[in-house]
Amino acid sequence: MKRSKTMELGVGLFMLAGVLGMLFLGLRVSGLTFNMPGDTFRLEANFANIGSLKPRARVTMSGVTVGRVTAIELDPEWYDARVILELDAELEGRLARDTTAAILTAGLLGEQYIGLTVGGDPDMLADGDTIRDTQSALVLEELIQQFVSNMVSD
Amino acid sequence: MIQRVLSLGRRGCDVLEALGRSTLFLAQSAFGVPSREGWYLWLRQMHFVGVLSLAIVMVSGLFIGMVLALQGYTILVDFGAEQALGQMVALSLLRELSPVVAALLFAGRAGSALTAEIGLMKATEQLTSMEMIGVDPLRRIVAPRLWAGFVALPLLTIGFSVVGIYGGYLVGVEWLGVFEGSYWGNMQSSVAFIGDVGNGMIKSMVFALVVTWIAVFQGYDLIPTSEGISRATTRTVVYSSLAVLGLDFVLTAVMFGGFS
Repeated sequence: MKRSKTMELGVGLFMLAGVLGMLFLGLRVSGLTFNMPGDTFRLEANFANIGSLKPRARVTMSGVTVGRVTAIELDPEWYDARVILELDAELEGRLARDTTAAILTAGLLGEQYIGLTVGGDPDMLADGDTIRDTQSALVLEELIQQFVSNMVSD
Repeated sequence: MIQRVLSLGRRGCDVLEALGRSTLFLAQSAFGVPSREGWYLWLRQMHFVGVLSLAIVMVSGLFIGMVLALQGYTILVDFGAEQALGQMVALSLLRELSPVVAALLFAGRAGSALTAEIGLMKATEQLTSMEMIGVDPLRRIVAPRLWAGFVALPLLTIGFSVVGIYGGYLVGVEWLGVFEGSYWGNMQSSVAFIGDVGNGMIKSMVFALVVTWIAVFQGYDLIPTSEGISRATTRTVVYSSLAVLGLDFVLTAVMFGGFS
């Protein structure tokens, strides 16, 4: 069978465009990164209430994203939420033991994320350690309840 | 009364028979031993159903992305949430619109042409002549078309998503003034590669198989008259559109419905 070069070229370009498009969807749209497992380290933090924090939420420090939430589970011993964080490896050994973690909200109705604030302790957090000093999510219903009970008592 | 029941039963048997025939047909034509010759035949069909469908799919993708951004912006801006435009455009394209709309366009652009082509071959007894000289028309005619459709539609769907997201960027960022960083950033933080892009691709592969299967089977199985060809072409478009929309609901329910 006779085959024309332009046709082969067309099909080849078409398939190449498909592969490039997939790369675009992977890197640009879904934000895949090829981090090696060694590029991060793990911390745990227990919160009394996580609000609507979800896995894959950002972990920030002074507003800069330094990691992600990888898992959230119930701690059956204390009945609070154990949140597993994965942070950039360059922070390993540089976070003081009294670092605090707070669940913050981006904007009034935005997604929730974790903000870290460094303390002054000379000891540093290592891989797998737990952050003790945490601040729970702001739950709107509780706020309203407090507001209403204050109004009544006045 | 009895006559009614009888005709209903006959109709049911016909449907079942057609289903059985089409499944056998799919199995026989899809799994032949690939040869050098078959590779060229496939390439030719890829050019016809894939490369030549590229223009219509890309243009529709661009406009659908632009409309999504425009409509989404007017709704989101009421809540002060126009920053979420990127994730809205990307998620609706990747999960739903690209697989479905690309499959519908593909059914209209390539599926009907496949049916008409194979149907005319049957009407002019080319298929019978091939059998006479010892060439299996399932492997020579049907298999390359089936495989080309199965490969081409997912690629077209990827193109549709990419162009649509870029169209949303053009309208949302360049025209309406959403901040560029939040368009891409919110998109990246909310789109999961396996969960959204991957599931969209699985949908698209299912649609590709169903649409091309319906198209080539309708062409192969029609009554070889001019009226038969016109009916089969219509049936291809109607059946594949209905199958795509129905299957889309089932697949969405399984993938994103939370039954797990």
